[in-house]
This record gives sequence, C-alpha cells and structure tokens, in this order.
Amino acid sequence: MQHTLVALVEDKPGVLNRVASLFRRRAFNIESLTVGHTEQPGVSRMTIVIDSNQTNAERVTANLYKLVNVIQIKDLADQPSVMRDLALIKVSAPPERRSEVMQLVEVYRARIVDVTNDSLIIEITGDVDKIDSFVQVLQPIGVLEMVRTGLVAMARGAALGQNGNGNGSGNGRVQ
Amino acid sequence: MTRYTGAQIVWECLVREGVTTVFGYPGGANLPLYDAMLDYPIRHVLVRHEQGAAHMADGYARAGGGVGVAMATSGPGATNLVTGIATAFADSSPVVAITGQVARQFIGYDAFQETDITGITLPVTKHNYLVTDVRELGEVMREAFYIARSGRPGPVLVDIAKDTQQAEIEWEYEDTPLRLPGYRPDRRPTAQALAQAASLIQQAKRPVILAGRGVMQSGAMELLREFAERTRTPVAMTLLGIGGMPAEHPLNLGMMGMHGEAWVNQAIQQADLLVAMGMRFDDRVTGKRETYAPEAKKIHFEIDASEVNKNIPVDVALIGDLGDNLRELLPQVAPCDHSEWLETIDELRGDSAVRDIKNLPDYGHLYAPHAIHDLWRLTEGKAIVVSDVGQNQMWAAQYYKHSQPYNYLTSGGLGTMGFALPAAIGAKCARPDMEVWAIAGDGGFQMTQAELATAAQAGIKINVAILNNGYLGMVRQWQEFFYERRYSATPISSPDFVKIAEAHGLTGIRVTERSQVEAAVRQAQQAPGTAVIEFMIEQEDSVYPMVPAGADLHAMIRRPLPSALTESADSDL
Ligand SMILES: Cc1ncc(C[n+]2csc(CCOP(=O)(O)OP(=O)(O)O)c2C)c(N)n1
Ligand SMILES: [Mg+2]
Repeated sequence: MQHTLVALVEDKPGVLNRVASLFRRRAFNIESLTVGHTEQPGVSRMTIVIDSNQTNAERVTANLYKLVNVIQIKDLADQPSVMRDLALIKVSAPPERRSEVMQLVEVYRARIVDVTNDSLIIEITGDVDKIDSFVQVLQPIGVLEMVRTGLVAMARGAALGQNGNGNGSGNGRVQ
Repeated sequence: MTRYTGAQIVWECLVREGVTTVFGYPGGANLPLYDAMLDYPIRHVLVRHEQGAAHMADGYARAGGGVGVAMATSGPGATNLVTGIATAFADSSPVVAITGQVARQFIGYDAFQETDITGITLPVTKHNYLVTDVRELGEVMREAFYIARSGRPGPVLVDIAKDTQQAEIEWEYEDTPLRLPGYRPDRRPTAQALAQAASLIQQAKRPVILAGRGVMQSGAMELLREFAERTRTPVAMTLLGIGGMPAEHPLNLGMMGMHGEAWVNQAIQQADLLVAMGMRFDDRVTGKRETYAPEAKKIHFEIDASEVNKNIPVDVALIGDLGDNLRELLPQVAPCDHSEWLETIDELRGDSAVRDIKNLPDYGHLYAPHAIHDLWRLTEGKAIVVSDVGQNQMWAAQYYKHSQPYNYLTSGGLGTMGFALPAAIGAKCARPDMEVWAIAGDGGFQMTQAELATAAQAGIKINVAILNNGYLGMVRQWQEFFYERRYSATPISSPDFVKIAEAHGLTGIRVTERSQVEAAVRQAQQAPGTAVIEFMIEQEDSVYPMVPAGADLHAMIRRPLPSALTESADSDL
C-alpha cells in the first residue's frame, strides 16, 4: 500500500541530503519524493510516498522528526486530501494517428504542449491512477519519452503549519 | 559592539558555554582558531591523534563535565575524528566537534586537505553545520551546544571555513531565544498513557525494571530508586546503565544481556511486566527478539520517539524526559509487595555464586576477575572506571561494583576499541578530584596508546590497567565457542608495556600473580603521574555467562563448575 507523508522543512543547504541520507541509512523504501517552495519564505515542502508494506510510516515520521531542519510532518493516510502527479509524455504521432491521440487527450483532459512532424508532447495532471491509465492507452501508439514529477499532496481543510501540530508532537516551540 | 574575528567569536561562545578544557590538534585550516585561543582562559590538551580528541571530549561529557569539545583541522584531521564522533553518537554523548575547513572559495574544488566532513558525519551526528558566513557563526555555536546537550544528547559538528575564521565583524554575544522551529526536545506523554502505565504497574505480579543510560542522562537516579522501592520492583541494568542505581542496593539485580548474570536474564524472561527506562532494547540485551520476555507487557520511558517500537513492540510508551515522567507517575502508583517474585529470583541465582570465578581460591593463575575485584576493593569502589572493549570491558562491568553514577564509562553502542585511555584522560579533566582507572585489553590499548604522551605532556594523572592475555580475547572467545577454536588473527603480541610507560617518563608496573595486585595498585595510586599496570592474565579465559548472538536470552553458556577448572589446573602443575 502507498502511504503519503507531507513534510515542511527549513529551506537550508543540505536538507534534501539529510532526508535522503536518513532514508538510505534506515533502509526506508521511497516510491517518490518531491520538493518545492511553499507560501512561507524559508520553508520548503516535501511530499514523500512510501510503500507501507515494506516501510513503517510511523518509524519514518519519528525519524524525520529527529532531523533538526524538519519542522512538521503530516501523514495523509487517513486524511481526505488532494493528490496530483504531473507527466510530460512524448508520443509518436504520424499524421495518420494524430486524431486518435487528440481524442485520447480530450478524454483524459490532458493538453498538447508541443507539436512536431511526427511527435507530440502531452502534459497531463491528475492522480496517479489516471496518469497510469493514460500512459497505458498511449502505449500501443508509441510512448517515446516520459517524465513524471512524483506525487504532490495537500490535505483538505485546515492548513498545515497553522493550527496543526502534526502527530501531536510539539509546536516548534524553542526555549 | 566590538569587532571580532570569526575565530574569536568561537572562543567567546565556548567561554559562555562554560567550557574550560578542549581537546584538539592544529593544522592549516584551523590556524586562526588556534591563534585566537591564546587569548582565552581555556585549557587546550594537545592529543596525539584526533580520534583521541573525540574520545576525550566524550569521556569528559560522560563523566559529567557537560558538553565535551574536540577540535581538528580539515581533511585528515577531520576524518580522524570520525570514529570518536560515531562512538559518542551511538551512546548519546554530548560532544561538539569544531573543524577547520578550506576557505570558502576553494570548497568544492578538491583543494588541499579539503574533505566533505559534514557529508561524512551526517549519519553519525545529531546535527552538523558548515559555516561560511561569519555573521552566522555565533548563532551556530549556540545552537550546536544546545542541540548537543538537550533532548537525547549527541555529537554536533561545526565545520568552519578558514576565511570565515579570519573575517571580522561587529558582534555581540546574544542570549536571545534560538530559532529552531523543527527542534523539539520537550515532548510529554499524555495523561492517558501515564494512567495506563500506572495501571499496568499495579497489576503486575512479576515486574522487572530495565535501567539504561537514560537514567543518568536525565539525572533520575533518586526517582528510579524511589520507584523501585515503592513498587518493590527489581532493577536490571544495561551495560551503560551501570551506576544508575547503587550496585549494593538490594533491588539491584546487576547487568542484563549477553554477559549479564543468568538469573537476571531469566528474571526478564519470566517477567509479566518490563518497565524500560532510558534504554533501547539493543540486540545485546534482548538476544533473539522473537522469544524475548514473551509474557511481559512492556512500558517504555524514552526520550527519543523513534526508539519506541523499534526493536521490541511495547504496550505503553512514555515519551519525554525520564525524570519528569517518573515524577509525574510516582504519585499515581500505590506501594506494591512482590516478595514472592523476589524470592523466585533469589532461587534463580542457584549455583551462580559457586560458579563465580571470583570466589575461586587462588592457585597461582592470575584471572582478570580477580584483578578487577581486587581493584574494586583497593579503590573502595569509588574510582571512575573507563573500560575499553572486549573481555576486559565485560569483566570490568561484572566485577567493579559502582555505587555512584557517572563512574563507569564504556563504549557500548559502537564498541570502539581504543576508547579507554583517551576517554579516561577526558574524564579526569572533567572531574580532577576523582581517581580514574582505564581498563583495557592488550589489543585495544595499542590502538590509542599514543595518548600516554598526551597524559604525560599535559600532566594528567590517571591509572591504566592493561589486561594482557596475548589475544584479541573477545574474538578469540567467539572462535573458541563458535569456530572450533580456529584462532584466526587473534593471537597478538605486545611491546613491553612497562618500558612503554617508562619511555614516556611514566610509571610502569607488571603483575603476574594475584599476590602482587595490591602493591601494584598502591604504587600506581601514589605515582605522581599516570601509571600503567600490565596484568599478565590467564590467556584463554572466557567471559561467562554468555548468550550467543541471536540466541534466546535464557539460553546462556554458563561458566564451567570450578571443579573442572581446578582439575585442569592440577594437571598443569
Ligand atoms: C576498533 C575495533 N576494531 C575491532 C573490534 C572487534 N573486537 C571486539 S573485541 C576485540 C578484541 C579485543 O582484544 P583486547 O583489546 O586484547 O581485549 P580482550 O578482549 O582481550 O580483553 C575485537 C578485535 C572492535 N570492537 N573495535
Ligand atoms: Mg587481549
């Protein structure tokens, strides 16, 4: 089963390395990890997807909290949340198959972002299943190249980092 | 505001942190730090290898001196610290390591003596810093000390670029709150967890307390005693927990685990409740996890949430400072009476006393347990004992009984040979009024024996007991038990340790028989400088009892009955 954790971290040099090093050292299996800016300057946000059959999410959380630069962690497993992955897919599209591709793009609400004589680049956003299925239907036509961002996620409702003290652990107070 | 260089800022901060002694070694990348040092009232102990500096800082901290400080230059100086830092990390010892780094403009260009020491030490430090902006230096130093000593303590490394040490700014030491939004050493358990723990304690019929180093880290020795006495619960100690409760206390069972007494492990295996305090169910104390204390409910007092349910699943976790939590729990616990259980444990002792080599009459052979037992007697159990790793470590733990905390120091988690001598020097610096003994094997002593020169130059008086068995004894023992006595690479020769001591201008004494132990100890104690006693002990003696690695905790190899020993001794004669 996949398990999604969101971590707010201080935007300092080496933080990604600290997280990656922790995962390697503890032999935690990660499916994907994305990092980006947030609404707060100096704070980055990581979305970490683990395979919870192999890696215990509580252990991951407890160990992440030990990193001094990790501010807060939210486990989205039992949270209604929005999860999105973005893919850029280059498909071979000779003139005779182009309309077929365009139809699929339409059905999946994807977008064509680049066109050449015999290929297209398609951008698609959605949950993982939707993208997986899109890729599957494109496969027979010819997927030439693909990149996926990995999951980003956000719980519905109250904002993380405001009233939240994720997992009941502290409030970031410093003596 | 006054103008300061980065190097001066470092020393200003060290002085404010109450540091009186640092252990280190200079080089190109920390020249500015060493130059500035001369203007500050801090003692510098020049080591012979940076590993020694880290162990000294660690020993200083473990003995109760506060955060220990080790310094080294970039490149090889910094990498030489790594074993010592990892040792401190494994045993949660508060150490701040300060390294010089090449100037900022060279970082990343493989400059002379550049190593990525923050990268290298990432997994063996609690936190680390690379400072390339002098304006951040003061804050970083304050954070480093705060992080090292708070929560679950541990080593913090501060790597400072050379040009940052030289840069000048207008600066003032500030005592403002630190900005560490992600650091929360102050967690507390819920009232519900405390109530659950209290109820388990009240229901237990066969409880055992497992006391680890956390007892001393938290300063909770009195609270542990009060808790044990009120609930009449026997206390088993981890190796690093030794000293958390006086050895002579009737409820103190002694050491648990791989080389714990058999009855202690049996009591744990039969318990219906384990109350773990500041210990982490290391594999050396649990044996095979699947069969560990199968009938026991478990309560875990632990400051580090990531330790809970890591090795052994527990029923109730009380996360936070042990002392705080015990203080809160105690009023919720009514006195108990477990006389029946205590009697059962007494019966478990069985013939242990008969098997104990300590009680064996002297028939001319020098056994390490005898030497250490005598040392305990002659020092009235009051010395700080710093053991190395191997058989000597286990014998020191088994036969030197401590009634005071912070007096038995050893590398438990990492098991670092070479720890004893430098850590003992550090301990002596932290508590100069104490008698300090390093106990080491012939192998481990040779790993860091260069630090004898450090003790000699700095005029630091400790005593060293080398237990010379001509082997890497603990490994030899495993070869004897599990590899058909094929002694591969374990026989080890040694220089003449008496001459080694004398070559340093120190006192060297050799002991070959038990009858000489007392005079030798007295001579060492009276020597003005560091004294080294080489005990020529029985070569192929083993540490008993022993739980083979990965075996059930109750499946111990016991010491053969003394009749077997005296018989073979007779045939020797
Ligand atoms: C740095 C290091 N290298 C190797 C080991 C593995 N090891 C554990 S005990 C031991 C033997 C120690 O021999 P000695 O110092 O003579 O002590 P003895 O066991 O004989 O008392 C060895 C090699 C270790 N713990 N540390
Ligand atoms: Mg030896």
